[in-house]
Amino acid sequence: MSAAAAAAAAEPAEPVEPGDTPSAPDPPAVSGAETLHGCPVGDSLGAAVVHCNRDQYLDLCSALKADGYALPVGVTGVDYLTHPGRDLPEGIDAERFEVVVELLSLTDRARLRVRCQVPGDDPRVPTLFGLWPGTEAHERETYDMFGIEFQGHPDPSRILMPEEWEGHPLRKDYDTGHIPVQFKEAPS
Amino acid sequence: MSDIESPRKVTLIDRLLGRIPPGGPELTEFLVSKTDEGIQEMAPRSRTSARELNLESGSVLRLPEGVELNRADIDVETPEDESMILNLGPSHPSTHGVLRVMVEIDGETVLRSKPVVGYLHTGMEKTAEELMYHQGSTNVTRMDYLAPFFNELAFCLSVEKLLDIEIPARATWIRMLMCEFNRISSHFLWLATNSADLGAINMLVYGWREREMVLAFFEKVTGLRMNHNFFRPGGVAADLPDGWHDDALALCQAIPRRMDEYDDLLTGQPILQNRLQGVGPLDAETAIGLGVTGPLLRSTGVAWDLRRDQPYLAYDDVDFDVIVGTSGDCWDRYAIRFNEIRESVRIIEQVIDLMPAGDFRTQDKKITPPPRNRIDESMEALIHHFKLYTEGFRVPTGEAYVPIESPRGESGCYIVSDGTSRPYRMHMRAASFANLQAMAPLARGALLADTIAIVSTIDPVLGDVDR
Repeated sequence: MSAAAAAAAAEPAEPVEPGDTPSAPDPPAVSGAETLHGCPVGDSLGAAVVHCNRDQYLDLCSALKADGYALPVGVTGVDYLTHPGRDLPEGIDAERFEVVVELLSLTDRARLRVRCQVPGDDPRVPTLFGLWPGTEAHERETYDMFGIEFQGHPDPSRILMPEEWEGHPLRKDYDTGHIPVQFKEAPS
Repeated sequence: MSDIESPRKVTLIDRLLGRIPPGGPELTEFLVSKTDEGIQEMAPRSRTSARELNLESGSVLRLPEGVELNRADIDVETPEDESMILNLGPSHPSTHGVLRVMVEIDGETVLRSKPVVGYLHTGMEKTAEELMYHQGSTNVTRMDYLAPFFNELAFCLSVEKLLDIEIPARATWIRMLMCEFNRISSHFLWLATNSADLGAINMLVYGWREREMVLAFFEKVTGLRMNHNFFRPGGVAADLPDGWHDDALALCQAIPRRMDEYDDLLTGQPILQNRLQGVGPLDAETAIGLGVTGPLLRSTGVAWDLRRDQPYLAYDDVDFDVIVGTSGDCWDRYAIRFNEIRESVRIIEQVIDLMPAGDFRTQDKKITPPPRNRIDESMEALIHHFKLYTEGFRVPTGEAYVPIESPRGESGCYIVSDGTSRPYRMHMRAASFANLQAMAPLARGALLADTIAIVSTIDPVLGDVDR
């Protein structure tokens, strides 16, 4: 066997086998329970979704991390400006923005989505960087695209757009086709 | 017009076009502002906040939660005037595209590093909101341009989840066939460029050659070498062509033989071993905290492969091994990708045997247009075709995210639908974008030459990072 094959195919001394450890604590009952850490849980086409307000956001996420959701899959935003009538559980008031966090628990092979309501007139949420450093780039992208400020983020700068860019492109009130094209001898 | 009238601020457009508006700054001023370090870039240590410094020097995970950061604890020992900040890229062969890495170096040692991205950003997520669902895969296929089928798959699976439709078995298996071949072509290109970065220039040619073999198969099936737009919501665009069976089998015979040759060429080579072994080690806890997936995560010993752990398509029905590393260094990442090519060949052989007959796209008339020959004979079919292509199909309100295992890790498409024929919001969770966050922790304390090996084994595709 070649060296490369030996290095890779050989099982590690103590491979981390997700889900194969019988002693692992039971996953938090997501499907049956109505709430999780005080926040309403919904089902979105088979995926578990926790809804929260901005005030509950950081506490909820800390609790979820303690539950074993160790891998931050991603953070993104949605601007519901032109689609206000969406289904939300009771106790959650629809706001303009949503910050959507996708989490993964390797030990339970479980996924969970957190949807946090963020008001349009004050788009600020606390950063999750302290819990999962892997949210750093995602939060910068969300800030860049939606103008949602992540308080306490170590590097709150634009990531994809040029730094002097005005506006946040994925907002629904940001029109496309803004760059003027000038032609010779044509009034523009 | 109003904008010719006078003094106004220099806009981005002006800078892009290199023009100076009347009353604007002098040319020298202009050039100075152009070369100045901006807020996105790495600033000198004295001007960098403690948390950010921590991040750039790769020590974000080493401090327990809630501990107040002490600048003296995290600061690197070298005085600022003895180190220098250097730009690597964005236009450099080792950065595999337009990745720009800012590094602070002391001699040959990297003290801090920061990837600066966005050079390939074309606003594809905004574009997706303008395109109807049946046009969407044309857009997403251009994101990770080395693994176009995986982008299309992620998009189509999410749309199908929103539509709540089952696709025919043959479509599922065709998708698996194309995806595994795509994994091979992507890993071959990685093998080529990674070897070239490390000085094995001959492998560059071989890697591209083998990839071309696979792309020729793609061209026969889809009509295009890249950016196929072959997977559509509801199935695939066309059935496999005559003779696909022999072509696929020929590839399955050729690839393992070639892999053995490359094993001889590369794996036993002391130079390559010295360049990769023990370089850029990553531990499992750091990797998970950083949201790293794919070969990068598996190299740390975490046996996590969505094809096995959260199966999609028909990966339940095929046998394959998840290749896992032990020490998480560049050598492990090399070995994992190398052997994943062999595993993909194993999967393809089973797919060829098990390929079911039947439809290649769903017969749901709401989603699938009528066949071309029906349009010539039936007025209803013509109207139906016209309506589908001008109005698209409506997708029920909701949101969906279906993750898949791309060659670079977890890729998935988050789609929010408002019940119309265009996505209200489409977000691609790009594996390269998340994996690139491992750059700073890995490069800390490494030699500058090792940074090249580290970027190379992270294998970012900038189309995927910037979208």
